[in-house]
Amino acid sequence: MLDSIIFYFFAGVAILSAALMVTRRNAIHSAVFLITTLLATAGIFLQLRAEFLFIAQIILYVGGIMVLFVFVIMLVRLDVPLHHITFRFQKWVALFVAIALACEVGVMFWYVRRLPSAGLLTPPAPSPDQLPPNSEQFAKVLFSNYLLPFEIASILLLVAMIGAVVMAKKRT
Amino acid sequence: MSPALHSIVSFLQTWWVQLVSGVLIVAVVPLIAGYVVLVERKLMADMQARLGPMRVGPHGLLQPIADALKLLIKEDIIPDNADKAIFWLAPVVSMTAALVSMGAIAFGPWFQVAKDINIGILFVLGVSSLGLFGIVLGGWASNSHYALIGALRSTAQLVSYETAAGLAIISGLLLAGTLQIRSIVDAQQHYGVWFIFLAPVAFFIYLVASIAETNRAPFDLPEAESELVAGYMTEYSGFRWALYFLGEYANMIVVAAVATTLFLGGWLRPFPNVRWLNWLDVLPALFTAGVGAYCVYRAGKQPVRVQALFMWAVAALCFLVALILAATVFVPLLQAARPGFLGAFWFMLKVSAYIYVFMWLRFTLPRYRFDQLMHLGWYLLIPLAIVNVFSVGMAMMLESEFGWNRWLALVVTMLFTLLAAAFLLHLNDKRTAAASSAAAETSDTYAG
Repeated sequence: MLDSIIFYFFAGVAILSAALMVTRRNAIHSAVFLITTLLATAGIFLQLRAEFLFIAQIILYVGGIMVLFVFVIMLVRLDVPLHHITFRFQKWVALFVAIALACEVGVMFWYVRRLPSAGLLTPPAPSPDQLPPNSEQFAKVLFSNYLLPFEIASILLLVAMIGAVVMAKKRT
Repeated sequence: MSPALHSIVSFLQTWWVQLVSGVLIVAVVPLIAGYVVLVERKLMADMQARLGPMRVGPHGLLQPIADALKLLIKEDIIPDNADKAIFWLAPVVSMTAALVSMGAIAFGPWFQVAKDINIGILFVLGVSSLGLFGIVLGGWASNSHYALIGALRSTAQLVSYETAAGLAIISGLLLAGTLQIRSIVDAQQHYGVWFIFLAPVAFFIYLVASIAETNRAPFDLPEAESELVAGYMTEYSGFRWALYFLGEYANMIVVAAVATTLFLGGWLRPFPNVRWLNWLDVLPALFTAGVGAYCVYRAGKQPVRVQALFMWAVAALCFLVALILAATVFVPLLQAARPGFLGAFWFMLKVSAYIYVFMWLRFTLPRYRFDQLMHLGWYLLIPLAIVNVFSVGMAMMLESEFGWNRWLALVVTMLFTLLAAAFLLHLNDKRTAAASSAAAETSDTYAG
């Protein structure tokens, strides 16, 4: 019972703050609600015993990316150009994306109904001592089965980083 | 008994140790932080040939409590155009992040809230880095230029130095081979030496980066008084300001605890595996008894009766702790409690020593300029930390794959690291020389 209380708490916080993030006018408020969403999602990861994902989410998304987001928002005045950004087909694109998302959620519910345990709402809760240590398992899988994608991703990031440095450099 | 009540009771039965330790952290850390401030003021006074706070209590021992009371009843000012909600939120975030990250730290083998979490040290790092949001949001919400610039500086500084600190920690984690705090300390016992001796360069990088991360002198640019008033805290007063301050000092304790766990052997006593040094176990009891005896000696010299009484109380507390520590060593019945209490003593001692180094550096070194700070981080520390990760990994490979002596492998790879450091310093010198000559050329308008 405790498990489902915790799950609904995190899920509710995540969804509520995601909705608030979209509707806020003030960009910093949006950023704060996005941080809340990310933290609540991290909480759900932790409840699923994915400790490494939990901390990776916090270090990378909340501690890294969101800090830079807030940094940029503070440097750039966002309230001035806000009215000019709206483009013409926004309504139709939004409608299309909403329908696609609704279909996806519907399909997901339908599949979950057919699972033998039908356990969408009760996350698996084996006791921690039965599970192998999470970050070790993660590292093993990442560096053996998925070594090639891992290396490709890191090269991609490196290229992006070098590209950013070259573009930001002063031309002399 | 209803099932809901039953589940609550069983929850309490399983988790009461963790709950109690959590409450203890929240209750005791602010007090400790207050006394760290007092120690800092006394040390600063000592190094500047002054007395420091002397009035409130004997030798100013009650000063932190007086300060806290004063801050509590001070008027709470919120600027008119401040973003109220975020202005309220920011100091709380700063404080909460520091306290939550303490949950995973092991103060001795017993005293730990989140026991055996697999990601121990990463949890401490990740959660304590969230305190940055307190600074950024507070600076933004104050609607003041000083606060905003202070927040921006702080963000840039913390993001840069977190990279260096993370890479330095990776060197230590490579040696330990695990992220779990207990296993890191066990690994140091297994090796027989603290990791500071196996990876001194990593420790040095972590020391510098952790000073920068806690916004302390010589890297306290976000709150440089002569430039920015008080940086992100400019518009804060009263208890909110106190929350920021507590968060900062709690963060110092967190950083020192991470360094202690990873590099200084955690709760192990010096030379943990040497049998004939077992008498060192008596040292904690002797040390606290000595402090108590000194308090008794000073109590006789207090001019006011109340102050003497307070001194006696402190002495009694010291003797009580000494008695407990001695009992765990000498009474056979209580020997099961020995590692817990002695470990906590050694851990606290090392954390205090680390914080002492922080303060010492603060009173000794002048403040950096902001571009110097960024250069130090990006041009020296981060490349050096990357090279160091490489060479520590190399040393471990030489030992395990090629059968080298561990110390030989470490010394050879460390020479490699130092070579890289010399090269980086040389590059840095050339760069600053070029920059200063360029600056001289452009500013030399009166020469011709």
